[in-house]
Amino acid sequence: MNLDELHEIAEQQRESDAPFEHAVHVCVAASCLSSRSDQVKNALEVEVKSRGLEHKCKVKGVGCMGLCAAGPLVETRSAKRTMYQSVTPEDAPAIVSSLGAQPVESLMLSLDMPFFAGQRKIVLENSGEIDPDRIEDYIAVGGYEPLITALTAMSPHQVIEEVKKSGLRGRGGAGYPTGLKWSTVQKASSDDSKYVICNADEGDPGAFMDRSVLESDPHRVLEGMAIAAYAVGASKGYIYVRAEYPLAVKRLKDAIRQAEKLGLLGSDICDTTFSLRIEIRLGAGAFVCGEETALIASIEGNRGQPRPRPPYPAQYGLWGKPTLINNVETYANIAPIIRNGGDWFAGIGTEKSKGTKVFALAGRVRNTGLIEVPMGITLREIVFSLGGGIPEDRKFKAVQTGGPSGGCVPDRYLDMAVDYESLAQVGSIMGSGGMIVMDESSCMVDVAKFFMDFCRTESCGKCVPCRVGTVHMHELLSKISEGAGSWADLELLERLCDMVKGSSLCGLGQSAPNPVASTLKYFRHEYEQHIREQVCDAGVCTISQPDEEMSGVEL
Amino acid sequence: MKKQVQIKTLKIEGRDVSATGEQTILQVALENNIQVPRLCFVEGLSNIGACRLCMVEVKGVNRLLPACVTRVEEAMEVTVFSERLDGYRRLILEMMFSERNHICSVCVVNGHCELQSLAMRLGVTHITVPYLHPKVAVDASHERFTLDHNRCILCARCVRVCAEIEGAHTWDFKGRGIETRVVSDMNEAWGESETCTSCGKCVHVCPTGALFEKGKSVAEMSKRKQYLPYLTLMREEARQ
Repeated sequence: MNLDELHEIAEQQRESDAPFEHAVHVCVAASCLSSRSDQVKNALEVEVKSRGLEHKCKVKGVGCMGLCAAGPLVETRSAKRTMYQSVTPEDAPAIVSSLGAQPVESLMLSLDMPFFAGQRKIVLENSGEIDPDRIEDYIAVGGYEPLITALTAMSPHQVIEEVKKSGLRGRGGAGYPTGLKWSTVQKASSDDSKYVICNADEGDPGAFMDRSVLESDPHRVLEGMAIAAYAVGASKGYIYVRAEYPLAVKRLKDAIRQAEKLGLLGSDICDTTFSLRIEIRLGAGAFVCGEETALIASIEGNRGQPRPRPPYPAQYGLWGKPTLINNVETYANIAPIIRNGGDWFAGIGTEKSKGTKVFALAGRVRNTGLIEVPMGITLREIVFSLGGGIPEDRKFKAVQTGGPSGGCVPDRYLDMAVDYESLAQVGSIMGSGGMIVMDESSCMVDVAKFFMDFCRTESCGKCVPCRVGTVHMHELLSKISEGAGSWADLELLERLCDMVKGSSLCGLGQSAPNPVASTLKYFRHEYEQHIREQVCDAGVCTISQPDEEMSGVEL
Repeated sequence: MKKQVQIKTLKIEGRDVSATGEQTILQVALENNIQVPRLCFVEGLSNIGACRLCMVEVKGVNRLLPACVTRVEEAMEVTVFSERLDGYRRLILEMMFSERNHICSVCVVNGHCELQSLAMRLGVTHITVPYLHPKVAVDASHERFTLDHNRCILCARCVRVCAEIEGAHTWDFKGRGIETRVVSDMNEAWGESETCTSCGKCVHVCPTGALFEKGKSVAEMSKRKQYLPYLTLMREEARQ
């Protein structure tokens, strides 16, 4: 495979698409599939065929179009684009009739709405555009060209310089500069092998960015990994993906096979001396395996527990070898950076956080789904413009970012520009991109309790502060939420927060107190109200009534 | 030509000390008789940094570092005892006491227990967190030894000594979080273990009364783990 052959495949694909006057895109990512989009696609195909339109209209399964709340989504493309929501198989005749005519008003979703218009797509640029099951579709939109360019026209050093120039930072949560990580791994000496790993063990409650990328555009991630492997000098790669994502696993497996068949993965890629084999490893459901050292232990076949760093994986990683480990979204940013240059990427976003970020918008917001926005957008734009505001026009209370490791950001920071630093400043984190909106019907004590319950059950049990501290914090939060808490409990809770944060071994424990600490900081009155008045204003917590017989008895 | 040893000089607790570049902060501190609190550390075994008691402050580093796995660096300034560190250590010990059912007065190692003596040394006179009182089992199926989960602090010394020194790897963990338990083989009764050689090393490295010899009554079990550094050293020499 060389650039000419690649262009030939792209040209063939474009030519085969050219005769179609209309295209019907049906989302076949997990969310829409779960509301029967596969049947919708079948019905549309049958309808097109029965009208003899199969040479004029192409029905295509595509990746996520973002607005999961309104699924199944169907987009028709004739002279103009029309998006339809909540489509059922019964709607197929109406949609096919509408091609080239008036759109079906009752199902229509305006593409001008801020949810679509306010996005800027880099990572998700192919989602909703290409068929994730076909490598030809990916190649037709310029896929694998950056890889071949990197392999044939750039030195590993040049690739790393380009990534450094882009200012890309790790999208897994911590925001470590990607170029710097790459150059560390490249410089790490190794007699034989180095490894690249893709962390696809997405485990935050309510987060589905990585799943969507893998299901919608698997080749994008493979290409990013291949460019990374070339840059750091690795010849073996692993994708660690959680077993709860069967569709993502299947599409990845198919994609690897297709890429190997075309010589874009495997031995002597594109007739160069560079080889890369990528294998998939399934996670068995432990959240902590998203932590890089635990993930590596799990790939090695050991118990998924973190170990102290340093040494960092860049120096001592998988099987003791230098290892590059990046998140799905980070890899998905690589191909566009190589294609358009680091300067182009650095032109998007804020001074310290470049590019875009994919967020999974969930909770009390009208438009739940997946959005990709430039760094530096305000929370207000995300929640009220793209998100469409709070249902029933209730009052906004907080937005929780970064999953169980993140914190709750109150309304006074709604106009803050979202980037790594600003979120850290207000006691939260960017995290992998989960964003849960809460209104006045959420009780912050209950929210803190929910996340602590998650951390308690997901603690690996290795270090004492996290293993036992999270259990005690959860007990105290339960006690307070039931109206049985005391001021001493609140004080102990704060002491535990500080100790667990300061002394835990890995990121899970160090950040487990964040939801508690941030709600204590911004919503302390709610805690105090539960303790002083045994009242939960949001009406969420079940306050246990004092025992009738015991009331009035002096203890 | 012999590889040249790198010598580093640093300050621990305000004292000037020297070390080779391969040494950890804990090793150097102990050499200089600075007794860093610790529980999962045993000389002669790999270090896992799990108990978090040996955390120290290093000037210029904004987080605490476990002394057992942190290598010394030139001009490092290490603080072992501070109000913050002591507070954390006492609270961590309280975590350990509250996690299982530690009742010293009826324990075989009363008076010889590392957990007990460390708590006394650090001034843990009482527990400020509620006891969790879990219902956990005692495995007395082995002919000579007993495993009492009520007293286990999950320091993994038994797991490491069995895998690294005896080479049997009888012990490991099951479950996660607070449900983590030490198990023999594939969670079978210890007495039915096919890999256990009954060497007793695990019993003697156990810092508490979780592992003990049968026939010992209250306060009668004292442990001898002095053999470990010699064994490790001899093996290293044999390998060279």
